Amino acid sequence: MANFSKSNVPQFSVDVYQNEYLPEGGREVNAIVTVSATGGGTVGSAVTAPHLYSPGTGPSAAVAIMVDCSGSMDYPPTKMRNARDATAAAIDTLRDGVHFAVIDGTHVAREVYPGGGRLAVADPATRDQAKQALRRLSAGGGTAIGTWLRLADRLLASADVEIRHGILLTDGRNEHESPEDLRAALDACAGRFTCDARGVGTDWEVKEVTAIASALLGTADIVADPAALSADFTQIMEATMGKEVADVALRLWTPVGTRIKFVKQVAPTVVDLTDRRTEAGPRAGDYPTGSWGDESRDYHVCVEVPPASLGQEMLAARVSLVIPQPEGSAQNLGAQGLVKAVWTDDMAASTSINPQVAHYTGQAELAQVIQQGLDARKAGDIDGATAKLGRAVQLASASGNADTAKLLAKVVDVVDAATGTVRLKAKVTEADEMTLETRSTKTVRVKK
Amino acid sequence: MSQMPQPTALTKCPICEWPLASDDRFCGACGHDLSAVSAPPEDHPTLTMNGTAGDPPDEAASVPWPVASEPSADTPPPVVRPTDIPGTDSGGGELSGPGRGVRFDRPSEPDEYPLAAPQPPDPRTGDLATPPAGTKLCVACRAGQVDRDGYCENCGHAQPRERDHMEQELTAVAAVSDRGLRHHRNEDAFAVSSTALPDGSPAVVAIVCDGVSSATRPDDASLAAARAANETLLESLPRGTHPQQAMHDAIVAASNAVNALAGEPETAQEHAPHQNAPACTIVGSVVTPTLLVVGWVGDSRAYWVPVDRGAPSARLTEDDSWAAQMVAAGLMNEAEAYADERAHAITGWLGADAYELEPHTASFKPDRPGVVVVCTDGLWNYAEAAEEMAEAVPLDAAQRPLHCAQVLVGRALDGGGHDNVTVAVLPFPAPPQGAGSA
Repeated sequence: MANFSKSNVPQFSVDVYQNEYLPEGGREVNAIVTVSATGGGTVGSAVTAPHLYSPGTGPSAAVAIMVDCSGSMDYPPTKMRNARDATAAAIDTLRDGVHFAVIDGTHVAREVYPGGGRLAVADPATRDQAKQALRRLSAGGGTAIGTWLRLADRLLASADVEIRHGILLTDGRNEHESPEDLRAALDACAGRFTCDARGVGTDWEVKEVTAIASALLGTADIVADPAALSADFTQIMEATMGKEVADVALRLWTPVGTRIKFVKQVAPTVVDLTDRRTEAGPRAGDYPTGSWGDESRDYHVCVEVPPASLGQEMLAARVSLVIPQPEGSAQNLGAQGLVKAVWTDDMAASTSINPQVAHYTGQAELAQVIQQGLDARKAGDIDGATAKLGRAVQLASASGNADTAKLLAKVVDVVDAATGTVRLKAKVTEADEMTLETRSTKTVRVKK
Repeated sequence: MSQMPQPTALTKCPICEWPLASDDRFCGACGHDLSAVSAPPEDHPTLTMNGTAGDPPDEAASVPWPVASEPSADTPPPVVRPTDIPGTDSGGGELSGPGRGVRFDRPSEPDEYPLAAPQPPDPRTGDLATPPAGTKLCVACRAGQVDRDGYCENCGHAQPRERDHMEQELTAVAAVSDRGLRHHRNEDAFAVSSTALPDGSPAVVAIVCDGVSSATRPDDASLAAARAANETLLESLPRGTHPQQAMHDAIVAASNAVNALAGEPETAQEHAPHQNAPACTIVGSVVTPTLLVVGWVGDSRAYWVPVDRGAPSARLTEDDSWAAQMVAAGLMNEAEAYADERAHAITGWLGADAYELEPHTASFKPDRPGVVVVCTDGLWNYAEAAEEMAEAVPLDAAQRPLHCAQVLVGRALDGGGHDNVTVAVLPFPAPPQGAGSA
């Protein structure tokens, strides 16, 4: 990061939405913190904001693509072929100058391109060589995702770049290493690179894939139909190429006597960051957010403050954005927001709930009840599943989360969305159930 | 000298600016130990040292302090920056240059610049580094420093603001305003001044405004209204405008000042859930040797309390409120109307969303001396009837208007302090100008 002053960091802004008024004895302060980065890269096509980098250029970046080559990838054989095509499409999307490597993942990890523990630098020639090398990808072997991630980490660390990112594709369960091994690999890689994870087909474990994305601050999704892989990989790579700045942390300062109940990313997806705090000096802690392009995310911060008498006002939290540096200091990105607590006897003021807080509280509950409902369904608890998924239908409908409502409707028959009255469908395809589970954490933003 | 704590001669708590009586040993608001504070020079009470829990270092050389003039409404006191004052840190070394944690965003209070040995570290917060000299300490925990936003770096508490408690005394008028005990900021404002009519006789002015809490920026509204009304009166009274007409014009000017706020952009920090145009009430009084004029919009009031308590006292204003309208229309009696939860809904105010501005004015020629009490509902909620108000007013109110205003604010706080409290007290008749000048 030493050359940071030379490169253009996107402009960050922080907005706080909260009802700061508490009743007498009130202790819980809730706030939605919207963090926006502008002036960043090209995510999508309709970006009109001025770009820091002219087309075809960008910050130095390295990308590792991990392709599952376990034996199951040959059933059906189109899966392997589609994975090869998707990887080729992703390579085509690489900007010139970006470092990259392709990893063949089975019960061990193997370098497919360029090999020799190095990264290739994208240009027309290397892109062509890489695509040639993809022919060597063939199915056979087991699945030990932790080994893939550790190899990706080693390769990505070999280049002095600003953005490090992985793309991981799997089609099966992580059967050839223990869950502890995967956990240890994720802990070792967390903060060193970000990673998007995709499950193809329906034989993989949703919780494994979402755990990888969550630990490595990337996205998780299902690609039920292997034919859709190419489009998905292209989109992932475009988003990766749009990243401008890596390792941004949300820094939270809270006064003495307060307790942080939780810190969650709530848009675009729900990610609980509470346990991922790194202490950063007296009363301050950093929560990792990964890398940022031209985008906006929302965070829900809940702080418990010591009660104070009516008429008192205090700062419950100060939110800022930093890039922690290896030697312990941090580069402050300038933007900050204040979360306040004001005690009042005005009941109208203290009892109203901020619309943003209410909305995201509902979205977080939506993700939770979908998870609980599907777990109950798997466990054969029909009543429990019906109640939870009914509540999910009600929340999705009330908050305007149409995508999730559609996915729910493939798992339950909706009798009345407003009251959450549903019947479990007798027959649900595995793909529909896994899609709902994987995408349960996707939220919509509050209508402004 | 004995080891007995010395009664302090401070007029304000050096930490939180709470007004003190001469024999107070502890601050009534923040509990600060006043005996540890060395008394400031008698003639310049606005410059004080920051409090220390230990003894001030004896070896500290005396320092030539800049002289602060008395603050007044229209001329802000000169800004004294810490760099203007030579000083040493606790180790005896030179203080480092600017940027040693002193705040410049509220420059109007020279007594906010302390220059004392640092606090001994609080054992409960042993991780805190010893704050450098010239650092403002939090009034709530006494351990943390105050950040640029006005919050404690340690416990997060907001620091007292200038408007939390304000007092002003001129020869013939005094006013006190307090945040009260339940509200988090003071949305009341006042202005007092004195001038002369064309014939040389004195005219004393007091304006009191109460910001409407449900509107945006009520504190800005009340301040703008009080200032505008006061300035208009100071301009028109010496020109010979009849005081009642002048009061009418002043209320119109105040209304325009509040309306103008509605056009200003919001501060970036404020995400008010509902955006209402800034609004406030106003009540004002002009006292001359022969005439007593009041003017008002809203439910802030003026009372007449004669010096001779044998004579009847009176309320001089008629609220623009739901309760008053009900009573006036004969639909309810006073007790019923004020018991209703809608009683305090006001039907008239200054602000861009007011239906129609109807300034009320009234002129009186009292036949005996007395005082006019101009106040917000933060006071009259605790002394609604004129007789109750007369009972609360000290007998020497005409001689000591500031004391009277303090007593009345104290009464509201004792009663619960549910709202901001602002009181101005004007003796009638206005004393001749020779008695002193503002």
